[in-house]
Amino acid sequence: MAPAHYHDKVVRVLVLCSVFWAIVGMAAGVYAAAELVWPGLNFDQSWLSYGRVRTVHTNVAIFGFGVSALIGTAFYSVQRTSHVPLFAPGLAWVVCWAWQLALVAAGWSLLSGHTSGKEYAELEWPFDLAIAVVWVCFAIVFFGTIARRKIKTIYVSNWFYGALIIVIAMLHIVNSLAMPATLFKSYSLFAGSQDAILQWWYGHNAVGFLLTGGFLGMMYYFLPKHAERPIWSYRLSIVAFWAFTYSYIWAGPHHLHYSAIPEWVQSLGVVMSVILLAPSWATMINGIMTVSGAWRKLRSDPALKFIVLSLAFYGLATFEGPMMAIRDVNLISHFTDWTVGHVHSGALGWNAMITFGTFYYLVPRLVGGELYSTKLANVHFWMALAGTMLYILAMWAAGVTQGLLWLSLDEYGELLYSFTDIMASMVSYYGLRLVAGVIFLAGAVLMAWNLFMTVRGRETAKVLPPEPVANPAAASEVAA
Amino acid sequence: MSGVRLHQKLENNIGLLIFGILFVASIGGAAQVVPALFQDSLQQPGVNTVPYTAAELDGRDIYMRESCGVCHTQHIRPLLAEVERYGPYSRAGEFVYDRPFLWGSKRTGPDLHRIGGKYSDEWHWIHMMDPRAVVPDSIMPAYPWLADAPANRGNDIDKRMRALQKLGHPYNDEEIADAAASLEGLTEMDVLIIYLQGMGDTVDPDAADDHGGHGG
Repeated sequence: MAPAHYHDKVVRVLVLCSVFWAIVGMAAGVYAAAELVWPGLNFDQSWLSYGRVRTVHTNVAIFGFGVSALIGTAFYSVQRTSHVPLFAPGLAWVVCWAWQLALVAAGWSLLSGHTSGKEYAELEWPFDLAIAVVWVCFAIVFFGTIARRKIKTIYVSNWFYGALIIVIAMLHIVNSLAMPATLFKSYSLFAGSQDAILQWWYGHNAVGFLLTGGFLGMMYYFLPKHAERPIWSYRLSIVAFWAFTYSYIWAGPHHLHYSAIPEWVQSLGVVMSVILLAPSWATMINGIMTVSGAWRKLRSDPALKFIVLSLAFYGLATFEGPMMAIRDVNLISHFTDWTVGHVHSGALGWNAMITFGTFYYLVPRLVGGELYSTKLANVHFWMALAGTMLYILAMWAAGVTQGLLWLSLDEYGELLYSFTDIMASMVSYYGLRLVAGVIFLAGAVLMAWNLFMTVRGRETAKVLPPEPVANPAAASEVAA
Repeated sequence: MSGVRLHQKLENNIGLLIFGILFVASIGGAAQVVPALFQDSLQQPGVNTVPYTAAELDGRDIYMRESCGVCHTQHIRPLLAEVERYGPYSRAGEFVYDRPFLWGSKRTGPDLHRIGGKYSDEWHWIHMMDPRAVVPDSIMPAYPWLADAPANRGNDIDKRMRALQKLGHPYNDEEIADAAASLEGLTEMDVLIIYLQGMGDTVDPDAADDHGGHGG
């Protein structure tokens, strides 16, 4: 039998699609940001109005940019940590193209105003069904590959990718339960307060298992590879993984403080959110300590710089999150732009940056060549950092201002400021946020150009799994 | 060291690992979400809470279609400043016919849970056609297309009410049969305003007395 090389063409397509959706999603975000500064920018077109553009922004950024990157890197790393090519490569191609097709159709449907009205789960029931089917195919390819592995131990990155697949399936299916009325209209199976509890069980854990867990899988494979160092503490990664998987699920109700849900549900949400700080920081420390001894690489290597910086932002966001989950802080931050800033310190600082770093590392290897321009990647690094910092500072200032002014009372207990006055004072912050978004987007465009020039005219490299080794325990070290 | 050895079992067996993840990730939901889904007090309508009329339902679906909820919350927290600004705080019983809930997560514009009756229909009409004509500093987009489109555009209001009936909303068959006729001649703007004007009249009047009326 001829030796079977790794299936990397599907990885290449997924990575390039992810870059495409990154640009589309960020551009939609920039446009939505501009509409908050110049509200006439939709030119009286329904499909271009803020509500629809914002929904396209979040969906494309998370499910286009984020999930395409996660599926692609999962396919890449699961082969290399299992020492076998993908199980059912035909199905892997189905996952790849069906996901892209679903994204195009979803974009059309959201711009047309079809929405279930649930944040980050806006797509209507036919799309929900299609997504569930594609997700199951993803699971078959991923777990099938692991089942055929030539290495005894399942490597850490695969636990996280596995948790992503399993838990997101559970959340998606339960939260999308609805009674269809027509082809593009359905009503949630749950109502009012119960719907709220369920939605934030979904919403918070989509952040937990997709934007955190999935990307930690990426971190656990690509960071040690790139730093050429084993994971600092294997035991810490075990403890942190299970603590993370256990505690995240409880934290959703911190999105519903002071709302019409039972107080014990809120209180549990606070406690578990604060506990989450421990596994989050344990993972961050594990990642950063892994680079220890390879710091010199940071001087010359933009890919590693991105990954290390992303861990810093991960630490920042996972500290801020538990603090905002405490009721007394939430009193001020709830419903304000502070939340938007917090989300973006995670989305830009952590998710986008670790993905950029991974792509700068991965794409040249996929084609067996060098990155087109290291200099451009360095410029991108500073633009991404500047954009993220400006974004979160602007939103933090805006949010704290809003939160405090909304609650301000005079000595007689009367409101001090009208809502409109507070809102009007936000416009300069929204302008700053727009500038930040433009800088971040421009950096991403540089990356797209850089990666395109790297792969242009080059075939995907054919990589063979290593020869079987006598000692399986040693093999798992190699895989790490 | 037994913990590490126990973990080796999980690391070496993909079936066990999948089961382990599913089990550990389900505990929180089973202990926290599932009981809330069976809690009676969260499913009892408030004293004035009735299902949406055909016009209100159509208006609510337009509110969702335009994603008004990404900038407007529909939940007043039990805080002095919020009660003064918006009216009595929100109670669970008021939302039992809300599928989905539309509490929102971001208050770029003001809360709308008790917007009903605060402004005239004409004010809402002008505000939706050109927000800055009535609120000079507003950053809300205009929604002129609503004034041109007929209500019940997809001619499916009966199907929508039927779906809600299946979910337990107490619509009778006569109401559903008459729904389409009741929307004839109305525009999307009309039904959206009807929906907004009905918002917040669900509060228990006894409870409302304790917390003052509409403010700021």
